[in-house]
Amino acid sequence: MSNSRFTRRGLLKTSAAMGAGLAMPTIFTSAASAFTNDPTGSTVKIGFNVPQTGPYADEGLDELRAQELAVAHINGEGDGGMLNTFSSKALDGTGILGKKVEFVTGDTQTKSDAARASAKSMIEKDQVVMINGGSSSGVAIAVQGLCQEAGIIFMAGLTHSNDTTGKDRKANGFRHFFNAYMSGAALAPVLKNAYGSDRRAYHLTADYTWGWTQEESLVASTEGIGWETVNTVKTPVGAGDFSSYIAPVLSSGADVLVLNHYGGDMINSLTQAVQFGLRDKMVNGKQFEIVVPLYSELMAAGAGENIKGVYGSMNWNWQLTDEGTAAFVKSFGEKYGRPPSNSAHTCYVQTLLYADAVTRGGSFNPCSVGEALEDFEFDGLGNGPTLYRGADHQCFKDVLVMKGAENPTNQYDTLEVVEITPRAQVEYPSNHPMFGGDEASLGTCNPGA
Amino acid sequence: MDAIFLQILNGLDKGSAYALIALGLTLIFGTLGVVNFAHGALFMIGAFCAVTLQKLFNLSYQVIDETQKDFLGNPLKVDVPYLESWFGPEFGIALMDWSVPLAIFFAIPIMVLVGFVMERGLIKHFYKRPHADQILVTFGLAIVLQEIVKYFYGANPIQTGAPDVFRGALDFGVMFGFEPNAIIYPYWRLVYFLFSAVLISGVFAFLRFTTFGMVVRAGMADRETVGLLGINIDKRFTIMFGVAAAVAGLAGVMYAPILAPNYHMGMDFLVLSFVVVVVGGMGSLPGAVAAGFLLGILQSFASMNEVKAIIPGIDQVIIYLVAIIILLTRPRGLMGKRGVMEE
Repeated sequence: MSNSRFTRRGLLKTSAAMGAGLAMPTIFTSAASAFTNDPTGSTVKIGFNVPQTGPYADEGLDELRAQELAVAHINGEGDGGMLNTFSSKALDGTGILGKKVEFVTGDTQTKSDAARASAKSMIEKDQVVMINGGSSSGVAIAVQGLCQEAGIIFMAGLTHSNDTTGKDRKANGFRHFFNAYMSGAALAPVLKNAYGSDRRAYHLTADYTWGWTQEESLVASTEGIGWETVNTVKTPVGAGDFSSYIAPVLSSGADVLVLNHYGGDMINSLTQAVQFGLRDKMVNGKQFEIVVPLYSELMAAGAGENIKGVYGSMNWNWQLTDEGTAAFVKSFGEKYGRPPSNSAHTCYVQTLLYADAVTRGGSFNPCSVGEALEDFEFDGLGNGPTLYRGADHQCFKDVLVMKGAENPTNQYDTLEVVEITPRAQVEYPSNHPMFGGDEASLGTCNPGA
Repeated sequence: MDAIFLQILNGLDKGSAYALIALGLTLIFGTLGVVNFAHGALFMIGAFCAVTLQKLFNLSYQVIDETQKDFLGNPLKVDVPYLESWFGPEFGIALMDWSVPLAIFFAIPIMVLVGFVMERGLIKHFYKRPHADQILVTFGLAIVLQEIVKYFYGANPIQTGAPDVFRGALDFGVMFGFEPNAIIYPYWRLVYFLFSAVLISGVFAFLRFTTFGMVVRAGMADRETVGLLGINIDKRFTIMFGVAAAVAGLAGVMYAPILAPNYHMGMDFLVLSFVVVVVGGMGSLPGAVAAGFLLGILQSFASMNEVKAIIPGIDQVIIYLVAIIILLTRPRGLMGKRGVMEE
C-alpha cells in the first residue's frame, strides 16, 4: 500500500507545465536575439576599424577623429555638426533608439588578414552592431565578407575599387565613397577640355583590386574621348622606387602619364616622374601631362609642389560651400584645429547614416537597417542630393574634379575644386560589366545569430 | 639598345644605395661579428636627418594676414621662415633649398653618436651570443627606432626636395646619338651615384691607406693576435661601428630627394641589403659593393615590360632568384672567404 499522492497522469501534467514554463524564456529570448549582438542594455557599441599603424596610419587617425565626432553628435554632445543640415530628422541627439552610443576601435594595419582579425574581435568580444572605416579596397572587401558571414552591417570607409559594390558586393555592406568608374566618368570630359582629344596615355597601376579597376575605368573613359592607351604597366604595391617603371614612359611615345597609385606610392611615383623631368617635356608636339585619378588631402600635402596643376578626383572636399560641409568643417576644425579629409568625411557620414537607418527602421537588426538604407534619398551631408542605391548598396552623388593648387597658402589647400560633376554623369546600371555584370548579386541579408 | 642602356643607368642609383648599406653591414659583421638588423634603421635615420634639417630651416613665426581667411573663416596666419627674415629672402631661401646637401654635415655627428650609443648601449652585450640572438635584438631595435620616428614625424612620406639646380633630367640619349628623350636620367640621381662612388672609395681608402685602417683590417683577419700585440682592437671596432653608421646615414640623407622619407624605408632596404651582403660574400667589402650594383641593375632590367611579358612578376622576385642561383653555385657568395659564418 502506498500513501503517495503522485499519479502517472499528474506527473505527465506537471512535466508538461514545467517544460512549457522552462521553454517560455527561451522563446522570448530567441525572438529578441534574432540577430547578432542585439544590444540589451542602455548602450550600443559600434566598431571603428581603421589603419592605426602602417603606411595609412595618418589617414586612419583622421577617420577616427571624424568617427569620434559623429558619436558625440549622435549622443547630443557638441554643436551637432551635420545633424543640423541632414535632410532626415530621425536622430534627435539622444543616441540611437534611446541607447547611448559607445565605440571601440580596431587596427586594420592596411592588411586584409589583420583587418579581419580586428573586426572579428570587435564583433565577438566587444559585441559591436556595426563596423565602419578603413582605407583600402582590399581590406574593405575582406571585412565586408566577414561582416556578411557574421550578420552585422559594414559601412565602408575609403574604398574606391569598383569591386566593393561590384562583383564583391554584399547585402550587409554599404559604400558611401565614390568609385573608380565615377572617377573616370567625371575626369574624362575635363581632361578633354584641358588636353584635347588627341592624346596617348601610359598607365602605371598598383597591382591589386583597386588599381586594376581604376585602370580599367580610366582606360575606358579616356578612350571614350579619343585618347589612345599606349601601355598599362602593373607596379608592386609599396615599391618605393618607381624609376625603372617611369624611365621608359617618354620613349614609348606617350604624352600623358596616368598614375593609378595611392598613398605613399602615389607620392613617390609622382615625385619621381617630376624628377625625370616628364612635366617639362614636349612630346608629339604637346606638353607632357600627369593625371592622378584618385586624390586625398594627405597625399596632396605629401607630394608638395609636385602636384601643382595635376588633375584628379575626390569624393568630397572641405572647400565646398554647401551648408552641410560648412557645419562639418566648423565642428571638426574647432575640435581638432584642422579641416577634415575626404576619408574622414565619408566615415563621419556613414556613422550618421547608420544611426539614422536604425532609428527609421526601429531596430538594430541588420536586415531592417539594410531596408532603411536601400534606395534612401538624402541631402545635407556635403555631397548634395544623394541616393543609396538598393541594387548594389552604392551611393550616387556629385563627384569633384580637383587640381593641384598653383599657389597654396598652407598645407590644407594644396588642391582646388575644378568642377562639381553632376551625379547623372557618373551613374551606371548596377549590372554594368565593370561591376560584375548580370552575375553580380548582393545575396541575401544575414542577420546572424 | 636604348632600353638596356636606360635600365643600366636606373640600376646604378638603386645599386648605390644597396652598396652603401651593404658596405656598412658587412663592415660591422667583419669587425664585430654582429649581424646587425638595425642597419636599415640607420639608413632611415639618415634620411630623417635631412627631413629634420629641412624642418629646422623652415621654422617660422606667424604673421596675421587680414586680407586672407583660413578654413574656419578667421584671418589667415601666414608662416614666415626665420631664415628668410634673418638672412633676407635670397640667402634664406637658398639655405632652405640646399638643406639636403647641407644635411650631410648635420648627419655625420648625429649618426656617429647614434652608432656609438647603439653599440655601447646594447649590441656589445651580444657579441658572445649566438647570431640568432643578435638578429632578434637588432631587429627589435630596428622596430623601436622606426616607431620612435613615426611618433615624431607621422606615417606619411615627407617630401624632401633636392636643390632647384638639380631638378629635371639629363638627356643622355642625345649625347650618345640616340633619339631625344630615349635615355633620360635625373640630375639628382647622377649626383647620388657620384656621391656614393666617392663615399665607397673614401671608406676603402681609409681602410687601405691609414694606419688605423690597417689595424682594423688586421683585426678583421685575426682579432686575437692583434689583441696580443697590445692594440685595443675593441675600441677601434667601436669606431668602425660609428663609421658604418655614418655611411648608412649619409646614404639615407642623399636618398631623401629620391624617395620621400617614411618611417619604414629602412626595413624595405634592409632585407634587400642583406641579400646583397650574402650574395657578395659575408664579410667581403668589395663583394658587398659589387653585389649591390649587380642586383640594383638586375632589378631594373626585371622591371622592363619586355621582360615582364615573358615572366610575369619577375620584377618582384629577381633579387631572390639570383641569390638562390649564386648561393647554389658559389655557397660563400661572389667574394666570400672561407671560414666566415661557417663555424
